[in-house]
Amino acid sequence: MIQRHPEPLLWLLFSAGGVLSALFMPMLLVLFGVAFPLGWLAAPSYERMVVVLGHPLTGVVLFGLCALSLFHWAHRFRHTLYDGLQIKHLNEVIALLTYGAAVAGSVATAYLLWQIP
Amino acid sequence: MNRSHVYTDYHPRWLRRPVSTYWWLEKPAYFAFILRESSCVFVSWFVVYLLLLIAAVSDGPTSYTRFIEWSSTPWVLTLNIVSLAFMIYHAITFFVAAPRAMVVHIGRRRVPEQMVLAGHYLAWAAASAVVSWLLLRDR
Amino acid sequence: MWEHIRLQIARYRPEQEPETTVDEYEVPCPKDWVVLDGLNHVKDRIDGTLSYRWSCRMGICGSCGMTVNGEPKLTCATFLADYAPGPVRVEPLRNFPVIRDLIVDIGDFMQKLVRVKPWIVRQAEKPLTEGEYRQTPDELDEYKQFSMCINCMLCYAACPIYALDPKFIGPAVIALAQRYNLDNRDEGAADRMSVLSEHEGIWGCTFVGECTKVCPKHVDPAGAIQRYKLTAAVESMKSFFMPRGA
Repeated sequence: MIQRHPEPLLWLLFSAGGVLSALFMPMLLVLFGVAFPLGWLAAPSYERMVVVLGHPLTGVVLFGLCALSLFHWAHRFRHTLYDGLQIKHLNEVIALLTYGAAVAGSVATAYLLWQIP
Repeated sequence: MNRSHVYTDYHPRWLRRPVSTYWWLEKPAYFAFILRESSCVFVSWFVVYLLLLIAAVSDGPTSYTRFIEWSSTPWVLTLNIVSLAFMIYHAITFFVAAPRAMVVHIGRRRVPEQMVLAGHYLAWAAASAVVSWLLLRDR
Repeated sequence: MWEHIRLQIARYRPEQEPETTVDEYEVPCPKDWVVLDGLNHVKDRIDGTLSYRWSCRMGICGSCGMTVNGEPKLTCATFLADYAPGPVRVEPLRNFPVIRDLIVDIGDFMQKLVRVKPWIVRQAEKPLTEGEYRQTPDELDEYKQFSMCINCMLCYAACPIYALDPKFIGPAVIALAQRYNLDNRDEGAADRMSVLSEHEGIWGCTFVGECTKVCPKHVDPAGAIQRYKLTAAVESMKSFFMPRGA
């Protein structure tokens, strides 16, 4: 008989976010964080961006990537504050703030993706 | 009464050492652990960055161009380069953990951990290739 | 070669002084001597009041775990010559309360170990007339690594989570639970899950990985915990979405 508490679900979200961020973010960071701003590679044209971002598959993948990465951050950050800095007495507040921010961020992601022309 | 140890209920003379708030500076391995955990902050920064990019694209071509220009300002660039370093550190350390959790069996034989690890790196390469192809063709 | 080496040994004599002190001893350093040999030399020839635990002196009983130069080690498996010219700092095992000198109380570990039922649990034993339980080499390999644990608790000394939260059930206990969960003769996985899936069970672990690094028998408790996290998480989801089925 298994104990009931949210840790298993939060851990699954953390793991999924960890995998997705590890797979997709490095290349995206290289391109949009370094190569395009510095002009090493020409940035995609506006029309190309609209086509790519507007595609439903991109929307789904991007939503998954952003939402799960935020939950990855929330879970890891909460544990680091708890263990690393030993802020144990604020555990509930920190949990609320981190996971709340992750939920808010996921909603924001969905909204912004919806707004693509 | 001295303050060097905490008394337990039944054995008042046992010595318990309190853990310092800076326990993670005591060993290189602990510091590497905290560094790895800190990488999650940069993950969340990049989510914010992506959302700003998506918002800029929604706003119109001038916003998009301005976003690319903004991302070349020194502090954004530095932040992104630092984030890239942490992101790679996160990926490498995560791929150490993931095969230990996923024990795969084919029939009755166990897939060796190195193969699961290789699978992760292949997936990383494939994802990077797809992202590059999507963004770098027909600019 | 170095003829002698200096040992700096932490002493705790609660009936005499409330603080730990450090006593220094010069011991011979032949190339085949381990730290335990040095401690035995001190106790036999220099200072008979030194208190410490040891037994088999060959890395199988798990009694002689101590902190050597800041790292948790089996003193019977740590060569003095590797630390030449010294000095070598010997302290009691970290994260456990110190009773005296180099002796720590391991009662916490013993209580937690019993909770996960580290034995073969079966609904009904096979009668003797039916012969022994048979296992193929593949079935043995599933759990063999985790059966190598000698309960030396070096992993607890290395684990920062256990240092910060002594309620954490700890690496060795989870690895030993897995040794039985993965043994196909055992039927007790569900019993163990109720203990392991507590908040301070496996979910306290953040995969620092130090436990695996210090284990003298290469048990890989970190791997055992990660694997069980996935098992328990999947089981948790199943029990949430399909409370009566599956």
